[in-house]
Amino acid sequence: MAARTESLGRAHPAARAKREPSAPAADLERELRVYRHMVLLRLLDERMLTLQRQGRVGFYGSCYGQEAATLGSAAVLDAGDWIFPALREGGAMLLRGYPLVSYLCQIFGNSGDPTKGRQMPSHQAAASVHQVSWSSVIGTQLPQAVGAAHAARLRGEPTVVMAYLGDGATSSADFHHALTFAARLKAPVVFCCQNNQWSISLPVSRQTAAPELALKGAAYGVPSKRVDGNDLAAVLEAAGEAVAAARAGEGPRFLELLTYRLGAHSSSDDPTRYRDQKEVDRWLARDPLQLERLRLVEAGVWDEEREGALRGEQAEVIARAVAEAEAFPPPSPETLFEDLYADPPWIVSEQREALRAELAEAPRKKPGA
Amino acid sequence: MPTMNLIQAVNDALRLRMREDPRVVVLGEDVGKFGGVFRATAGLVEEFGEERVIDTPLAEGGIVGAAIGMAMNGLRPVPEIQFSDFIYPAFDQIVNELAKLRYRSGGQYSAPLVIRTPSGGGIKGGHYHSQSPEAYFVHTPGLKVVMPSNPLDAKGLLLSAMRGEDPVIFFEPKRLYRAARGEVPEGEVEIPLGVAARAWPEAEAPALATVISWGAMVPEAVEAAQALAGEGVAVEVIDLRTLWPLDLDTVLASVKRTGRAVVVHEAPRSCGFGAEVVALVQERAFSWLAAPVQRVTGLDTPFPYTLELEYLPLAPRIARAVRAVVAYQP
Ligand SMILES: Cc1ncc(C[n+]2csc(CCOP(=O)(O)OP(=O)(O)O)c2C)c(N)n1
Ligand SMILES: [Mg+2]
Repeated sequence: MAARTESLGRAHPAARAKREPSAPAADLERELRVYRHMVLLRLLDERMLTLQRQGRVGFYGSCYGQEAATLGSAAVLDAGDWIFPALREGGAMLLRGYPLVSYLCQIFGNSGDPTKGRQMPSHQAAASVHQVSWSSVIGTQLPQAVGAAHAARLRGEPTVVMAYLGDGATSSADFHHALTFAARLKAPVVFCCQNNQWSISLPVSRQTAAPELALKGAAYGVPSKRVDGNDLAAVLEAAGEAVAAARAGEGPRFLELLTYRLGAHSSSDDPTRYRDQKEVDRWLARDPLQLERLRLVEAGVWDEEREGALRGEQAEVIARAVAEAEAFPPPSPETLFEDLYADPPWIVSEQREALRAELAEAPRKKPGA
Repeated sequence: MPTMNLIQAVNDALRLRMREDPRVVVLGEDVGKFGGVFRATAGLVEEFGEERVIDTPLAEGGIVGAAIGMAMNGLRPVPEIQFSDFIYPAFDQIVNELAKLRYRSGGQYSAPLVIRTPSGGGIKGGHYHSQSPEAYFVHTPGLKVVMPSNPLDAKGLLLSAMRGEDPVIFFEPKRLYRAARGEVPEGEVEIPLGVAARAWPEAEAPALATVISWGAMVPEAVEAAQALAGEGVAVEVIDLRTLWPLDLDTVLASVKRTGRAVVVHEAPRSCGFGAEVVALVQERAFSWLAAPVQRVTGLDTPFPYTLELEYLPLAPRIARAVRAVVAYQP
């Protein structure tokens, strides 16, 4: 039986109480490490949304409510593994050692951004941590992830590729392409579907008539599982198994991480137009940070004091990094013409010279820059 | 007469058509309860119900493919593609299917539908919320392509598009969605496809150059013309409104009067629709030309995030080109 789905083991809060009380110390240590990054990401998202409202950041798509799903799944990867992200997985780069200042420069779109201020915020990429550049076009990264995974195998590397997607993306044609190819090629790829239950204004119940997204993975012959995405330990366990299987040559895995988008779709969105606050409140009670904090406190490795100290420390780290990042000037106009071709045709230098002459004569007025 | 912005004008046209013709259906991502991410379909699901205002799954090929089937079987679908940057997953359905359906069935089947989609940059949308892909569609025989530059035209052209028998790609310049405001009559507005308009000056007057543009670059061309007027350089600005079929008569008549032409568009230069306009002008008005026809366009690069004002062919770039054309000595 290659394809199967396992339904949610730990989704219900009551299920938590039954969790074995004494997790091994190594597990707790890893959870603690991820928890610290969950808090960092939460504070960072809050700060960025504030800066967006102040007009200092152009756009922002936050991970609010999905920190356990995002960071728990990324935490099981080896340093050489690749991530093909969607909108909300930028924070995985920080977990994997990417510098916060560079990360923020991308959000400001300035000259400190290694991707040269070309993309909207929340479109981070860094080869140093093997996190690939996402476009914005939903689903396109998925078949690419399969190809990268197949390449790793052909090259004899032990790399696993983790491909992220939302519930909405499971409707895209590229989702079909990716699952079909992954299963057929037995590629070492793990699809992490963050079912945050909304695709902008469309609830997942109206996105698809499939009762579980994990069924979709199974339909292509990819072993698939639905997991409580707000339960860090459950995510770590399921992602760990999936990655180990992919690495062992058993082929692709599909995880449906059931979670909830606690915030707006993005800074451009107003969810009060289409969803009931009562639903949000129900999920606020299952805030992954709160759940994990309780678990760590119960395990005796965390308390109020440590929480307060961590938050204070991280707020300061963020403030310092924001100040440093925001001081970078915008990218120079010449950068518009870089990286377009390995071997640039004549038109590139011609247009670069024309723009230089034009801007010398008529510099652009920058509203607020 | 009510004052509307461009979104309200689109909304008004959709509502009018849906009221008068039960065959008209709207479908797309977030078009129902949310009323569209730009609010262009606001209030429609409340008035016409979920059968006629369909919140679709996230799949553009599905949206257009399903719309084609609906149109073949008697409906008048108006699919929305949330951003024209996301029209490419539907490219196959549009280029291979929609555009060729009547032709390949020997006239037995057709798909009269209008794909509405916001296009263009200047809203800090980076590569994937800023593109101007009109040339791909003009290049595809069988499609009509429209891009209004103001609320009145948006309403009139959308009504004409929805009443026609041919598939239309209707680009809405999102930079103008809220920025462009104007008086728009309630009820009927008749603006046929394939007829350009003079955007500047108000009354016909002798001019030294013709600027030809469409969409969000029309107000930029007018701004350039106003600045140039202060320097004693009179310019006529033509707003094509419909790219295909092109109103070549209006373009040629103006160019023959002024002897000089500058084509302005936001899309990258090479193989943009401007290239077609230039070719037609030089083929048919060569003897009237006092200077080579120029293009003022976006750069041949992806649309940037931070440097979008450097990318866009705004009024200063247009004015420079007009000055150069007027000063041209063979
Ligand atoms: C091909 C394509 N169509 C439409 C959009 C507009 N859009 C951006 S995000 C989004 C919803 C995505 O939902 P989901 O996959 O569940 O991810 P989430 O935002 O919930 O993380 C849509 C429709 C897009 N970016 N790409
Ligand atoms: Mg979602």
